[in-house]
Amino acid sequence: MSEHIVSRTVYFVIFGALIFMTIVTYLAARVDFGNEAVNTIVALTIAVIKATLVILYFMHVRYSPRLTWVVVTSGFFWLAIMITLTLSDYLTRTPSGLPGTR
Amino acid sequence: MSAADTPINPMNPAVPGAGATVAQEWRSRFAHTNYINAHYGIKSWLLTKDHKRIALLYLASVTVFFALGGAYAVAIRMELLTPAGDFVQAHTYNKLFTQHGVIMIFFFLIPSIPAVLGNFLVPLMIGAKDLAFPRLNLLSWYIYLVGALFTVWALLNGGIDTGWTFYVPYSTSFSNTYVVAAGLGIFITGFSSILTGLNFIVTIHTMRAPGMTWFRLPLFIWSHYAASLIMVLGTPVIAITVLLVALERLAHIGIFDPRLGGDPVLFQHMFWFYSHPAVYIMVLPSMGVVSEIVATFSRKNIFGYSFVAFSSLAIAVFGFLVWGHHLFTSSQSVYAGMIFSFVSFAVAIPSAVKVFNWTATLYKGSISYDTPMLYALGFIGLFTVGGLTGLFLAALGMDVHLTDTYFIVAHFHYIMVGGALMGYLGGLHYWWPKITGRMYPEGWGRFSALIIFVGFNLTFFPQFLAGYMGMPRRYHAYAEEFQVLNVMSTAGASILGFGLLIPGIYFLWSMRYGKFAPPNPWPATGLEWRTLSPPPTENFASTPIVTWEAYEFRPMEEMEVIGAGPGDTSRPVQPAHGMHSDLTGS
Amino acid sequence: MSAADIHLTDAEQHASTALQHHFDNMEQQREAGTLGMWVFLITEIMFFGGLFTAYVLYRTLNAPSFAAASSGLNVKMGAVNTVVLICSSLTMALAVYYAQTGVRRMQLILLLVTWVLGATFLVVKTFEYAEKFEKGHVPWLNFTWNTPEAPEAMPAGANVPAIRMFYWIYFVMTGLHAFHMIIGLGMLGFLIYFAWRGRYTPEYHAPVELGGLYWHFVDIVWIFLFPLLYLLGANLHH
Repeated sequence: MSEHIVSRTVYFVIFGALIFMTIVTYLAARVDFGNEAVNTIVALTIAVIKATLVILYFMHVRYSPRLTWVVVTSGFFWLAIMITLTLSDYLTRTPSGLPGTR
Repeated sequence: MSAADTPINPMNPAVPGAGATVAQEWRSRFAHTNYINAHYGIKSWLLTKDHKRIALLYLASVTVFFALGGAYAVAIRMELLTPAGDFVQAHTYNKLFTQHGVIMIFFFLIPSIPAVLGNFLVPLMIGAKDLAFPRLNLLSWYIYLVGALFTVWALLNGGIDTGWTFYVPYSTSFSNTYVVAAGLGIFITGFSSILTGLNFIVTIHTMRAPGMTWFRLPLFIWSHYAASLIMVLGTPVIAITVLLVALERLAHIGIFDPRLGGDPVLFQHMFWFYSHPAVYIMVLPSMGVVSEIVATFSRKNIFGYSFVAFSSLAIAVFGFLVWGHHLFTSSQSVYAGMIFSFVSFAVAIPSAVKVFNWTATLYKGSISYDTPMLYALGFIGLFTVGGLTGLFLAALGMDVHLTDTYFIVAHFHYIMVGGALMGYLGGLHYWWPKITGRMYPEGWGRFSALIIFVGFNLTFFPQFLAGYMGMPRRYHAYAEEFQVLNVMSTAGASILGFGLLIPGIYFLWSMRYGKFAPPNPWPATGLEWRTLSPPPTENFASTPIVTWEAYEFRPMEEMEVIGAGPGDTSRPVQPAHGMHSDLTGS
Repeated sequence: MSAADIHLTDAEQHASTALQHHFDNMEQQREAGTLGMWVFLITEIMFFGGLFTAYVLYRTLNAPSFAAASSGLNVKMGAVNTVVLICSSLTMALAVYYAQTGVRRMQLILLLVTWVLGATFLVVKTFEYAEKFEKGHVPWLNFTWNTPEAPEAMPAGANVPAIRMFYWIYFVMTGLHAFHMIIGLGMLGFLIYFAWRGRYTPEYHAPVELGGLYWHFVDIVWIFLFPLLYLLGANLHH
């Protein structure tokens, strides 16, 4: 059987990293960086790193064939297409064309 | 003694349970055990895991829904015979075109080729015994049925009148019809589509026979793979959109309601994110069918195989980037409109690649005009018209004038009926011998193909003109000046309807009285033709080992049934009609 | 099967019949199962993705309102739930490890712990929803914001319809997530039962692996939901 068995040590290390980053994201959210966008970027970056660790190690993608990696990436890529192209409409409208404005 | 001498023997030991029951006469028709006569009883069909039987279950269901959608079309065309709204009232007419669209798209076009032909042929074409997940396959049929029956219940209880596009805020805040029920039906049926696509993707990746590399696969498989990618990535978005419409309607959450800070155009973005790729779910499998038919009836390898294969993938990917062309006149930003317009032009390129390559295949081919080929040739011409008119609509300036007119209606019917339906009918004829072990009557086949072609064009070409002249869509009454075109259109629809009835009749007739089909009646390349007609339950007598390229026409001795030895009962009782009877030589 | 085989354990019995007839070998079956589960998970990405799209849009258009609305959520409960789910992902991964190495007792314990952690998440969520109801923040039922009796954050540029919108998105997204957790608990229930029966061995443990993939996916959705919903207004002073 060609299955790669990930060691328990790896799992505990990743677990530690995930808990640590949860604490970091919680604390970082309470800091006022002046620009709201910075908070968002920090929070999203940490979330992406956490998700990547779960995918690579807990879900074994690091030890899986390339096809699995392609499937995972294309899923997130398609979501990015949906969000980006939709926003491309709203972000390029004139202010009066936006919903919620009076 | 040769197979032609074998009398029909009710006690044929090759057939299980022979001699026992009323069905004995029917049972004795096939000389060999196949997936149809291997097991009897309604439970063996309703609880089957055999992809071939599931394909037939789908065939029966989609045919019923096609007829229902067609009935609505008849009502629409009757109303539009005269300019005044005198056949039905306006709100009834709204229900007619809505229900015609919902049924035809969700319960006929999206499942048709993948669920009927795809389910039957994908394992056969790749040399596998079944799909990767046979029970999921059966489940997907039941899910389809539940969703479809649910929607029909909604239709019978008062229907929906929002247009198949369910635009908000009408569908969420103002319509008094069964929007949530119909939406729920579509939500459920969406899972059927997802499961089918999932099954195909996994099967094609993991269950190809030894030697069947990606570039030896029939182009039918490439198209279904591409369509499956769309099914899997796009359908969940319509699911969540329908859910949000239901929540908006029931609980007024405000997500699409401007009075509560929401945006109705967001609905359009989310709806068309799926619904545009959905049209490629409908047309890609049809293109796959055309590739198979054109190769066989030109006796030639498809010109530019890898270009055609990659063009399927390109259509699937680009198809996800163009949905905004449905929002050109919906207050979408003009800059986003430019992006979507540009990519809409780009997505036409892989489609054109296919049309060029099919044409190049025909060039200097040894062409025969059997019924499947008539449908395939019809597809090429009609899809080209539909595609070109799509390009007119992709141009921002033109679209402002043409949107919401009959030009749009004609455009998409050229693709859906002239394209997808022609491919479906052509495929049904082409693989009918394989699926049922019987030949359909060729003369009637050609006749009805021609009637359908003429009827179709007479129905929809006038609509291009009417739309161009300004006739709006979705109105039960229209201005006097459009009447001539509408009368032509209704006349054409009658011819089209009549033409479509004929195959319905002779296909049923053939299952009882049709000539028995040999394993390879055309003859064609492809693994599905290297097994008996109809195939045994496990598809092949032994696992095929592929050492030849796709569409490699070789001497008949090298294209024998796989696993068949001398004296096996795979030869039919009667030779097939006309040509190629030397195939059956004992 | 000879007479000597009649006393096969449940695991051995099952392993010898685990190969389904349409596959050539267990390797192919495993590969197909894993790929199938991954394809299903990307359909889930797109399903949740529709909600994320709506969220991103409305947050971009109503940033101050969303920040104010978010400050009304119970961040502590959200954080506790995040930790609970991460722990459950660890125990699930370990359960897969013990299925791969054939240690039945540890498999069972870890699957049970995962189940308990998942149930804990749902219990905390229930308390959270109840608290929202008490504070009058449930849009369909009793939504109010910043009344004299219950002052809330109302920074410049915020408006009540957009705040209400946030709360709807919050309930739909976390509700859909919780629904997936409930299905996950049901799935874990099956895994626990069959693990107890000793069905999962180094040769055959695909359901545990595939169940693990689903569970981790549900965890990942929450990893994104937590900062996007709970941490928006954390730096507001009120």
